[in-house]
Order: sequence, then C-alpha cells, then structure tokens
Amino acid sequence: MAENKGIMIYGELIEGKLAPITSELLGGGRHLADQLKEELLCILVGDKIDDAAKKAISFGADKVYTVEDPLLKDYQTDSYVAVMEKAAKEISPRAILFGQTAVGRDLAPRLAFRLGTALAMDCMELAVDPASKLLQETRSVYGGNARATFSSDLLPQMVTVRQKAMTPLAPDDAKKGEVAAIKADLDPAKIRTKVLDTVKEEVAGVKLEDASIIVAGGRGIGGPEGFKQLEELAKIVKGAVGASRPPSDNKWVPESWQIGLTGKIVSPDVYIAVAISGASQHLAGCSGAKTIIAINKDPEANIFKEARFGVVGDWKQVLPAFTQKVKELVAG
Amino acid sequence: MPLNMIVCCKQILDPEDPPASFKIDPASNKVIPPPGVAPVVSPFDEQAVEAALKIKDQQGGKITVISLGNNLLRDVVKKPLSMGADELILLEDPAFEGGDSWSTAFALAAAIKKVGPFDIIFCGRQAADWDAGQVGSGIAEILGIPSVTVAKKVEAADGKAKVERVITDGYQVIEVTLPALITVSNELGEARYATLKGIMAASKKQPVVWKPADIGVEPSQIGEAGRKTKLLKLFQPVKEGKCEVIEADTPTDAGAKLAARLREAKVI
Repeated sequence: MAENKGIMIYGELIEGKLAPITSELLGGGRHLADQLKEELLCILVGDKIDDAAKKAISFGADKVYTVEDPLLKDYQTDSYVAVMEKAAKEISPRAILFGQTAVGRDLAPRLAFRLGTALAMDCMELAVDPASKLLQETRSVYGGNARATFSSDLLPQMVTVRQKAMTPLAPDDAKKGEVAAIKADLDPAKIRTKVLDTVKEEVAGVKLEDASIIVAGGRGIGGPEGFKQLEELAKIVKGAVGASRPPSDNKWVPESWQIGLTGKIVSPDVYIAVAISGASQHLAGCSGAKTIIAINKDPEANIFKEARFGVVGDWKQVLPAFTQKVKELVAG
Repeated sequence: MPLNMIVCCKQILDPEDPPASFKIDPASNKVIPPPGVAPVVSPFDEQAVEAALKIKDQQGGKITVISLGNNLLRDVVKKPLSMGADELILLEDPAFEGGDSWSTAFALAAAIKKVGPFDIIFCGRQAADWDAGQVGSGIAEILGIPSVTVAKKVEAADGKAKVERVITDGYQVIEVTLPALITVSNELGEARYATLKGIMAASKKQPVVWKPADIGVEPSQIGEAGRKTKLLKLFQPVKEGKCEVIEADTPTDAGAKLAARLREAKVI
C-alpha cells in the first residue's frame, strides 16, 4: 500500500456549492498540512460539482478530487461510503477530516469501520505530534463535563470536526491547484436505502448554526410568550433565538431551536443566555461561544461559571431595559 | 407482521448529575463516580427501546436487549424489561471493560450473531458518557447490513422500514430494506415509564449472561485490549476568567448597564 500522505478534507456541498464547514476545514487543514510539510487535499462528492473545486483551491486546497455521478444526488450511506472507501484507498491520505454534520456523523463512522481505522467524532481541536506526525484529537466528552485527547497510529486517521471550531482562510482566487476526477463505479443494487422525501422546517431570519449572536432562553422563561421578547432582541442584533432542553421538551419553541448535547452545537461570537441555569448537557452545545453573557436570578447558577459578563436578576426586569439600550447603541 | 428486534443499551453515570459533582482522576484518566448516585441506562438508548416498543405496540414482536460491561447493576440494566422488552442479555466480564467504539461494536456484533435472525437493531445515537456516536454504524458495518442514523420516527412494513432521519432544520424520510440497524435520537420523544406490572414482570426475569467465549471472541479483541484509539488525556477544561457581574440599584438599571458594558468591551 502506498505511503499515507497529505491531509484530506471531505468537502461537504450544499446544492453543488461548498458548505460553510468545508471552508472551515480547509482553513484548519491548511495549518496541519503546513506543519507536516504535506499537501492539503479535498474531495468533493455529488451529482453536480460546479465551480466548487475552484473554490476549494481558493480556500487553501492544493489538490481537489471530484467524484460526480447522478447516483450521488442525495447523501446516502451506502453510496457515499462506497465512493469514499475507493477514494481513500486510491489517494491514501494521512488523515481525513469531516464536518460534524448530518452527513459527517453518518458517513465517517461507517467508513472508519470499513477502512479498519479509528475515528474521533466532534473534535474541537487538532494538533500534530511532531515526532510521530500523528494527529492528537481533542473532543468534548461526558456531556461537556470533560475533554479527552485521543490518538491512533492507524492510518488514515479520521476525525469529524465541530462546526466553527476552525476558521476559514480569506479566499485567494489566484491560488493554483490541481483538479482530478475519480470514477464513482457505483453498483445501484448495493444502495439499500431510498430517500423518499426531504422536509425542511423554514427558519425565519438567521439560522442558529450561522448566527454570530444567539439569544437563548431556558426553563425560567416560563412559556412561549417570553420567547417573543428574546426574538425582539435577536432581531435587533441580527442574531438567532435558541433554547435549552426544557422549553423544547415543553413545546414552547420548535425542536430545531434546541441547543445542547441533544440539540444543536453552536459556536457563535456572542451567546446571551437568559434564564438558563447551565446544565452540562446544555453547555455542551454552547461552550464553544467566544463570549457568554448570562442573565439569571440565581447567583449560584452554573451558567455564571461559563459566562464572561452577567447580571443577577429577574430576566423579566433585566431584559427589556437591556434590549432597549442595545437598540439605542446599535442604531447610534 | 411481528418483528424481531434487538436494542443495545449502555449503563452509564447519570448525565443529569450536577456538574459540580463531576470529578476526574488524572493519574488513571478515569472519571470518579460520584458516591451514592445510581447509574442509569443512557437516555438515547432508552429512546431506542421506546422506538422498538412503538413497533411492538403496533404489530407485535419480540425485543431482546443487550448490555455490555462489568458488574452491571441489575436494577439499572433491567429497566428496558420493565418498560416492555422481552429478554435481556448481558455481556458481562472484566474483559469487556475499558473498550472504545471498535471493541464495543465488535463484541455486540458477535453477540447479535449468536442471538440469531433479526429484523431491526436499534441503538441510541450516542452514549451520553463518551458521546462517541460510532457503535451503531460499526455494528451495521461488521454485520454487513444497512444503517440509518439519528432517527426520530420508525415504521416497518413488508420487509422495509420507513425512517425519519433528523437533518439540519428538518428531516428526511428514508426507506431501508430489512434487516437494518437504526440509531435513535431524542427527537423521537420521551421514553415511556416502567409500569408497576412491568416492574413486577422484570423482577421475575433473569438476564442471560454471556462471557467472551460464549460469543466466540478472544479477550484480545474486546474491551481495553481491543481498542483502536488511545486515550492520551482526560481533563476538565479550565474556565477562563471570572464572570464580571454587572451591579446596579435596580434590575432595570443593571440591564442597561450590561448593554453599555458590552459595547465598551466591543462584544456587541
């Protein structure tokens, strides 16, 4: 078998275009490849890959592999694992990085077991051990109560990376790179699933995963009406509204608003936690935020251990004044 | 049509324990279980049991639960039985301890082969301790059957299952041929409570205990010895800095002052 070389990014596409996680992985992968003095590779899989290969090069890839086939229109475990197995064996990279997304968390484990290698999911930090050239993979465990650093000497090393854990490079359209096509060679009889329907819940305004500011409410909000006030603040700061588990379980807000181990994992610049106590399983979803701001009436609430700024007080009194002042500041 | 279902359930430390009671022994890279707190079945696995029970309610069938570990607490691992599952198999031996996704999936797949023909294997989307999220896909790969992950609804008919798989801001409806493995997410909804009748029935049932030799695996392939990943370090992240609590005469003033402070600190 060929020597394992290069850091390969699985470049997730959304309707033929690079997904935001792909440019993040290319940014993080570039640093790793530079430390190893090896190439940054990117593989794009889909039914129509427009100019995504060029874009991947502009975001840092040295070489892009494309696998185009009508059978790859929708993500399906069997077809994508088969294609990636073939590509991984042909290309023989040192490591493969995926995003921790609906696709990555399904594709990566099954592929790792097929390739007989080890995988670390939902990594927050990757480092290169200079002596062994192996990646050291740090991820959150125990619902965010702890972190663990893993490694494995089985190649290729595989990881999925939490969204927003890595930063994209500024795109450079002048950057040169190579593009190579790989044949899918799929046998339709071996695809044992069928996508019957895709149902999208429409989100008004900014999506949680893309928001740089999130206003989130907890059990203390008390009901759906309270969330209207959070929405007002979110609108002013062009942010999104989220929730901890109790409001979602109590159906005060849609399921898709839930942030935490059992919901979405977000890493905004600013996370305003209103009436959220700060259970570990919730913090697992928001501890990647750059600045956490807490409004809670309980001075002992765990959220104050995570927060950079806070107010101890009843949100019903604190929030309207806060929102009003923010409105003035933003307008001014 | 009645279905033959298998559910994999893991006994873990209660993830709802307050964060302050969470401690690590840095020398052994292990979590120190808080004294006097009972472990639980991982909540996602309970929801996997619920998914199987919903199918059993509709069309009948048999649910076999498999748990892996050592010194498993009978009151904990029997919970799926009290919810309505039919049989419990324990892979219980010191050799099963300290595994990673690889060695765990390997042992569970070997046990499932011994159980015999099945229609659906259910697993939780991840265990709520290590949060690895790989064992379900691993079992499916070892057994060579299709897998659908992160399901919020499962229906089965005519040798196929229709699965609602959670994706970003919505879901996909996926049809998969059986036998298949399905991992279940919390969007499926709360697992049912055990009924008194269920608890009584469960107390009379004895789990079947299998050792490594019973499922035809070598101790070197399972638990700690069978790991493919090395745990270099387990640690609690150091919280940077203290929270700057904004004080004012009234909560209203504090709210306004917070906004001004955030602007000053260029946060907003």
